[in-house]
Amino acid sequence: MLRPVAKGVKAMEKATLLSLYRTMRLIRRFEERIVELINRNEIPGVTHEYVGEEAVATGVCSVLRPDDVITSTHRGHGHILAKGGQPRRMIAELMGRESGYNRGRGGSMHIADLSLGIYGANGIVGAGAPIACGAAFAAKLNGKDRVAVAFFGDGATNQGVVHEAMNLAAIWSLPVIFVCENNGYAISASIKEMATIERLSDRARGYGMPGEWVDGMDVLAVRGAAEKAVAHARRGEGPTFLECRTYRFVGHFTAERALNIRYRGDEEIAEWRKRDPVETFPAWLEREGIATAAETEGVRREVEGALEDAIAFARASPFPQGEEALDGMYATSYPNLPARGV
Amino acid sequence: MAVVTYREALNQALREEMERDPNVFIVGEEVGYYQGAYKVTQGLLDQFGEWRVRDTPIAEEVIAGIGIGAALVGLRPIAEMMTFNFSLLALDQIVNNAAKIRYMSGGQFKVPVVFRGPGGAAHQLGAQHSQSLESYYAYVPGLKVVLPATPKDAKGLLKSAIRDDDPVVFIESEVLYGTRGEVPEGEYTIPLGQAEVKRPGKDVTLIAHSKTVLLALQVAESLAAEGIEAEVVDPRTLRPLDSDLLLESVRKTHRCVIVEEGWPFCGIGAQIATTLYSEAFDTLDAPIERVTSADVPMPYAKPLEAAVVPDTKRVRAAIDKVLYRQ
Repeated sequence: MLRPVAKGVKAMEKATLLSLYRTMRLIRRFEERIVELINRNEIPGVTHEYVGEEAVATGVCSVLRPDDVITSTHRGHGHILAKGGQPRRMIAELMGRESGYNRGRGGSMHIADLSLGIYGANGIVGAGAPIACGAAFAAKLNGKDRVAVAFFGDGATNQGVVHEAMNLAAIWSLPVIFVCENNGYAISASIKEMATIERLSDRARGYGMPGEWVDGMDVLAVRGAAEKAVAHARRGEGPTFLECRTYRFVGHFTAERALNIRYRGDEEIAEWRKRDPVETFPAWLEREGIATAAETEGVRREVEGALEDAIAFARASPFPQGEEALDGMYATSYPNLPARGV
Repeated sequence: MAVVTYREALNQALREEMERDPNVFIVGEEVGYYQGAYKVTQGLLDQFGEWRVRDTPIAEEVIAGIGIGAALVGLRPIAEMMTFNFSLLALDQIVNNAAKIRYMSGGQFKVPVVFRGPGGAAHQLGAQHSQSLESYYAYVPGLKVVLPATPKDAKGLLKSAIRDDDPVVFIESEVLYGTRGEVPEGEYTIPLGQAEVKRPGKDVTLIAHSKTVLLALQVAESLAAEGIEAEVVDPRTLRPLDSDLLLESVRKTHRCVIVEEGWPFCGIGAQIATTLYSEAFDTLDAPIERVTSADVPMPYAKPLEAAVVPDTKRVRAAIDKVLYRQ
């Protein structure tokens, strides 16, 4: 259940609170609409839906500046939307259109927006962590107070490169926030079987950096912890390992249901669903008198409209042409060589 | 022209580029206080300070990742691999991120990072420290792969690699670090993607890169005494490959031997040969011969190692074969 209203939360601007709800609702509905489009074969293949984890990306990104950097994961749509990604260009990318973020060259697992500091979703588990360190190192070298956030799941905490990145960030005091979205499962592998400790954030102590654990179903708790970690990093005091305990309500990827492999009980899923931030947060806003039912309904209508518009935009966008497949691999071109280089 | 070592030439390139552009920095194991495992970064820590010449833990994958992340922001990182054998630990970052981010992002990002360090066999360092991995990297679309053979090329190509907006795998050689050669005074660069005729000739083309260029030149010299003029062509950049110049040479000599220190199977020489066959088949007077290391991990004992790597005898035998001199 939602924790009691924290001090100062009510003082938070109503607009901010409604915007947190809007972002979470947008992510949820974005993912649901994407699944519909996949089922209609309008989007090829599969995606990894962020359903259930919305409070994490929303809370963390709500305290970031546009020039702050994030690196994302295969389950990246939520991070990108929360960092300001446009649904139009995201859906166009998923449909493989020229107007997509990556001009149809990337797809779900590689959406990037340089101008928003989104240094890419990443199809390799853990691979974004060192890149976030590099962006943070650049900030340090240039005397900028920009921070970098590396999102990754519980599965990534056992990847070697994540350890390398955490140690490096700690010894160099890099302005990085390592946000571990612990949803309990790496595909089907329970983190209980893949790590001996209950709280992954305990590992932070081993690197000599602060480790924080928060309820990842509570957007305000996530936002509060992220605010602290970001301020710490901006002050030049180094990285934080922020573990957000969360849950994915759906399969690892779109088509998982068809495989009929069960690694989680219905009861467990139902228990977590009771704490669905996309449902509990607006209910709390209304209960506390922060927003009216009409206002939360307004957010929902607005989100539906934005997604409808995004889908229409994507559908109307042209595909890239096959003959362009060799273009744009190198920044430099060579007069006597085709663009692909050999 | 001044005569300097290959090591000094690389050091000059690093120093000059770091002086010219504050966005250039070096990260890697032992690059600072220890002055580089092979002293290529000698003196740079004192001149540029500990943030621009940054010692790292032994963690190749994050060294590569730091370079990539900083490059995305707009810096020009040089990530040193103490030797390229260790770059295998960084393959994911180099292949999945450095090489692909620009293309995958629809051209939003530039990735101006250089991964540099020595590759190839030295003297009896054993199987894990003697590998020529350039074919691995040349295989990957999105990377550029450069292997200088002389001090002049080392300096001019490294400067170009640092200024290049794409990721460059720049493989030096432990054995070449101490070699000497003339280096032009003052500022110069050598463009990536341009081969060079290291020795003109008309009877047979020897294509070689990195330290096998020296081997090819040595054999060419000895053949000259027998009245055979071998042309030695050094691609210098394996990707993108300057096939025009290789083809030009082969169309002139009609015979070709490709020498490399890598393994034969799927080696870069196979790629070069297929390019030559498909473009210049009709002009060849003999099948192309390849001289490579033997298809085994590098053994330790001297006679075993000597039997595995290319030598003058095997290069000569290959030349004799394409010239039908047996």
